[in-house]
Amino acid sequence: MSTLTALKDVTFERNLSFRKLKGKIFEILAFFAILLGIAMLLTLLVDVFLDGLPWLSTRLFTEFPSRFPEKAGLRSALQGSIWLMFLTALMAIPVGVGAGIYLEEFAPQNRITRFIEINVANLAGVPSIIYGLLGLGLFVRQLGLGRTLIAGAMTMALLVLPIIIVTTREAIRAVPNSIRQAALAIGATDWEVSRDHVLVYSAPAILTGVILAMSRAIGETAPLITIGALTYIAFDPKGPFDIFTVLPIQIFNWVSLPQPAFHGLAAAGIIILLIVLLSMNALAIWLRNRLTIHW
Amino acid sequence: MTTTIHSLNPQNHLKRDRERKIVRALTFIFALVSVGTTAGIIYELLKETVLFFQEVSIIEFFTDTRWTPLFASKRFGVLPLVNGTLLVAAGAMLVAVPLGLLAAIFLSEYASERMRKVLKPILEVLAGIPTVVYGYFALLFITPILRDLFPETQIFNAASASIAMGFMILPLMASVSEDALSAVPRSLREASYALGATKFETAVQVVLPAALSGVAAAFILAVSRAIGETMIVAIAAGQQPKLTLNPLQSIETMTAYIVQVSLGDTPHQSIAYKTIFAVGMLLFAMTLVMNIISYFITKRFREKYE
Amino acid sequence: MDNNHNTVLETKNLNIYYGDFLAIKDVNFKVFRHQITAIIGPSGCGKSTLLRSFNRMNELVPSARSEGKILFNGEDIYDPSIDPVEVRRRIGMVFQKPNPFPKSIYENIAWGLKINGFRGSKSELDDLVEQALRGAALWDEVKDKLDQSGLSLSGGQQQRLCIARAIAIKPEVILMDEPASALDPIATLKIEDLMRELKENYTIVIVTHNMQEAARVSDYTAMMMLTGDEERSGTVIEFDQTNVIFTRPKDKRTEDYITGRFG
Repeated sequence: MSTLTALKDVTFERNLSFRKLKGKIFEILAFFAILLGIAMLLTLLVDVFLDGLPWLSTRLFTEFPSRFPEKAGLRSALQGSIWLMFLTALMAIPVGVGAGIYLEEFAPQNRITRFIEINVANLAGVPSIIYGLLGLGLFVRQLGLGRTLIAGAMTMALLVLPIIIVTTREAIRAVPNSIRQAALAIGATDWEVSRDHVLVYSAPAILTGVILAMSRAIGETAPLITIGALTYIAFDPKGPFDIFTVLPIQIFNWVSLPQPAFHGLAAAGIIILLIVLLSMNALAIWLRNRLTIHW
Repeated sequence: MTTTIHSLNPQNHLKRDRERKIVRALTFIFALVSVGTTAGIIYELLKETVLFFQEVSIIEFFTDTRWTPLFASKRFGVLPLVNGTLLVAAGAMLVAVPLGLLAAIFLSEYASERMRKVLKPILEVLAGIPTVVYGYFALLFITPILRDLFPETQIFNAASASIAMGFMILPLMASVSEDALSAVPRSLREASYALGATKFETAVQVVLPAALSGVAAAFILAVSRAIGETMIVAIAAGQQPKLTLNPLQSIETMTAYIVQVSLGDTPHQSIAYKTIFAVGMLLFAMTLVMNIISYFITKRFREKYE
Repeated sequence: MDNNHNTVLETKNLNIYYGDFLAIKDVNFKVFRHQITAIIGPSGCGKSTLLRSFNRMNELVPSARSEGKILFNGEDIYDPSIDPVEVRRRIGMVFQKPNPFPKSIYENIAWGLKINGFRGSKSELDDLVEQALRGAALWDEVKDKLDQSGLSLSGGQQQRLCIARAIAIKPEVILMDEPASALDPIATLKIEDLMRELKENYTIVIVTHNMQEAARVSDYTAMMMLTGDEERSGTVIEFDQTNVIFTRPKDKRTEDYITGRFG
């Protein structure tokens, strides 16, 4: 029989304080990792604000882009972004929420359903630029829509669809089954249960998800460059079949130019973009906290 | 009583049933849109890729070491683009994996409920910042610092894109890993504590190994995200496809090449137009394989602890 | 009852709270060396909570706090100077559901030794693992597959592996929280036989809802009940030698419970 000297209490005591020390160092290190992330975020924000603040003025909202930095503005880009978001929401919300309802409330447990679910999960991981190639091949060329707002919005709608489907399903799942059973027991059809109960109760959570999905879309650049949204647009877009540019593309264009003045403009554009994003996120958080029913 | 029964007439029931059927059919079609999207992506990519390989041999595509489709002397070796893509992605993982994993362990094992509630949303903000903003930050903030530290650094370089991308991916790595760590049953932690293990020993030697497949899924997902990321590399990493492992040099990734061609005025039938679909196909295949692996690892991991 | 010099654990006016909720109220009893002490009582009366207070596992619930004392060899384990990690190394625990680590059978045993500062050779470690597995009557069943996952064993084997894991680091006391409740009758009997053997070297405290089991294996029995204003706090209403509790209980409630007239 071997001895247990190694486990004698003397060794143990000394050992313990060393083990505790290692743990403490690790804990500090782990916390530091999070702090580093936060510090990076703050640095980024401060850097952008310092660069962009001198260029922030109402001129950005009233002027078209120009090769003279002091005359350049974001007018067409901002209008393009608003148009694009509106058209994207118009298509993506009904389809995404509808698909979410189907998968959560109506879908039978079979292979088709499983296939659709795997598909949605996978689409969420497809790089956004691939959606751009889809939009270029399908909407711009094959459907002959050209480099128009509607082609861009259809591309964006497909891009945010998986996000809307997933958040809709999560929102719907939070509604307890007892509610469904109660409504079914009164003689409602499954659609009536969804329409008058499930959707009503989960609406705030669905809306929260939709806002977050749209905030993803508003910052997307790559797929729109791929379908050929232009960087220089000197008129107001009038309808879905006009060519267009958007805020992040204009920012990208300005960053790519060598003159530092345009970098300042880009930073000013980023400030506007971040303010829009922040407001959308704040709205989503407010909705979630105020209107969501806690079962 | 009779009046109420009359009001519930069969006519009403038929109408309701029709509405129900219409809605079911419509929402089913909506759900199929996702399948259509996947099919559309594969169809569009494949169509142009096939045309591309009618002009360029598939062997040249995968073995040639030069990529110059926009020059007069055209060469179609995709390796430099793949090299650039993997170089940037590897650098990003060097930042995202240790930081993300440490953050996940802290959030899941050490942080109090209140701390978690504050820290997690702040980290989420990092993931919500548009990539074009990270590109700006990489080119105009990180690169100048790198050039101060290493004077040989080129204006456009892989390293600055890697660093910015690493912080962008950190929240993904952290939150998926944290889900995996939190899914490890309490009973395992208790078994460890009951043996006299410290919190550190429990976290690193019991919880982490038990969650390893979930962490692996997070890792694969993060790599896939890094490979597909576009704007950061398009802005900060350059447009010079070359086979190099030096992160301080200008390179070009697959995504940045697609952006480069898209910005120019490329005629529909030209070979340059076809190249972006061939490169896109390769990119799609790479990310798809990783996403599927990650999906099944996560699924098996969940089943293990349910 | 008066063998005070052999007292290993002793609670003094122990109260345990979860937030504002008083879960355990004014518990006073003793655990004697090399004896098996059973804690019995209806479900929800705080048996597990009391057991978990003996190795400070309760503290893993953030809102938990305690008042009073628990003396381990005369020292208060809740004294601020005492580290819970040290307490748990001396007072081991076996849980209701078997919870082997998802590691090899060998590693399941060796890990506790390694973290607790084992610095011997590989062959010494092998010996200790074998010793622990023999001690838990599992050696013959697993000696040829030590590198297989602990999860590959049957439920009863897993639970004996957990016991082996606990005794490998030679604790003085082993706390067992309904160790056989998730097992079939044959595996249960094996665990009970094992407990009688372990008594030679260890002090055992077992929580059980099975009165036959308490009567079969234990030397002392503590009877717990819900008391207090709204019958929400658990306390020990009677503590004595097991044969006394089961043949001539002093408290009417104990008698009702063990004869099945409770509730």
